[in-house]
Amino acid sequence: MSLLDRMLTLDRRWIFLVVAVAVTVPLFLHLEQKIEITQESRGVFEGLSGLPAGARVIMACDFDPGSAAEVQPMAIAFLKFALSHRLRVIIMGLWPQGPMQADLALRDALRDPAVAAVAPQYGIDYINLGFQSGNEVVIQRMGSDIPMVFPRDSRGQAIAEFPIMENVRNFDAVAYVFNLSAGYPGTVEWVQFAGDRFHARIGSGTTAVSAPLYYTYFPKQVTGVLGGMKGASEFEELTGFKGKGTRFMLSQSFAHIVMILFVVLGNIAFFASRRRKRAGETAA
Amino acid sequence: MSTDIGVWIGALLTLGIFSFLYRDNPVYKVCEAIFIGVSAGYWFVSLFWQNIQPKLYLNLRGAIETLVQGGGIDARWLYLISGVLGVMMLMRLVPKVGWISRWPLAFIVGTTAGLYMITYLQSNAINQVHDTLVPLVGRGSGRFLFFTLPFHVSWAALLVFIGTFTGLVYFFFSVEHTKLAGKTARIGILFLMVTFGASFGYTVMSRMSLLIGRMDFLVGNWLGLVH
Repeated sequence: MSLLDRMLTLDRRWIFLVVAVAVTVPLFLHLEQKIEITQESRGVFEGLSGLPAGARVIMACDFDPGSAAEVQPMAIAFLKFALSHRLRVIIMGLWPQGPMQADLALRDALRDPAVAAVAPQYGIDYINLGFQSGNEVVIQRMGSDIPMVFPRDSRGQAIAEFPIMENVRNFDAVAYVFNLSAGYPGTVEWVQFAGDRFHARIGSGTTAVSAPLYYTYFPKQVTGVLGGMKGASEFEELTGFKGKGTRFMLSQSFAHIVMILFVVLGNIAFFASRRRKRAGETAA
Repeated sequence: MSTDIGVWIGALLTLGIFSFLYRDNPVYKVCEAIFIGVSAGYWFVSLFWQNIQPKLYLNLRGAIETLVQGGGIDARWLYLISGVLGVMMLMRLVPKVGWISRWPLAFIVGTTAGLYMITYLQSNAINQVHDTLVPLVGRGSGRFLFFTLPFHVSWAALLVFIGTFTGLVYFFFSVEHTKLAGKTARIGILFLMVTFGASFGYTVMSRMSLLIGRMDFLVGNWLGLVH
């Protein structure tokens, strides 16, 4: 069997194995990849960094553990940056697992020395309002009455007891909404109902699959979009809080190189076999 | 290596799902069934304690107590309508009266259509068209490759304009795609192909990210080989 025939009949499990190795080996390497910053990612950072201390920001966690590999690093970097810069963070979710993912991100963020230095307090500097069902209707109602939509926090305490929620009636009291989105409901709904209707400033952190859909909203309907793990690594670079997004980029690059090689080899094999077949037909 | 039982369960289930890459097998089927069962159970419990208990049960209980104490009927009785609609939706489980479930479905479809009619038009049509109508000349770079132009031109805006125009021509079926219309539509196809390619590239990146996350969990959280 020639090399060409072997390439054409290669068992796909070999490809799986090579991809697995390409993804895993870089996890052991201590190399740092240079991260190029895109305008879309810079937009999220600039939307946040221009806010004064004490400004309220909403972190809307509309994702679940299935998309955490891409979105969780964004949540951690966002919380570290916001809390260390004394922004007041209101966490909520339209996905049931979203606020739980936020709790995990908070645990990581609060351990960071820069965040620990400002000693953020629950109820004063940040609060988790938990999950609320109703999808886009929740956002619609938040535009007129946030306490009505979230009468209690995720622990069951009335939000009126917390200083962070004082005088918070609608999006007018919120300087920025950072939506971590993995599908529906997500950034599309936040743009439609909070952004275009109530003029809330929105930034999006999303899975790579959804990113092309949300780029069309940049720069007027959203200040920026973090697309997938690359977006997470860019945001970590911009905020200075490097984490898994940055560390995983090496694996991502290795995997992409392997994929490109397989695509090129597959095409070479395809065209070569077609030429051989035509040559055989001509000879016959 | 981790001593956390939760991490072990997660790792074994991950390996069970990965085993499908070799070939379909009973271990994969078991892991798949566990995943679906746990997800469905989680959603059910979550929605029960987030919706039915606090919104329906507590509100109706409060409303009944108020009524019994002579306080009259208050706004909380409105939750009864939602409860009834919810029960009507469950009627589809009974074939003889399954038609009843069409009423709450009609309610949902009607309210959603009404809600989206304006927002979609505004956000995904008017605002998008508005953002496409930007000046091509007069701003941006005054250069093209190594040449200095006598005017300033926004290359990004120009590209968006050509892509939008040719893409629209491709979807304009009232004119036969021959001659100039055919050539323009062909350029539109090229733009569409680039769009699909970019989407596919992002999808590959997304799937790779998920794999990286799982691999990091296995070699880091479970085996403790990476810190």
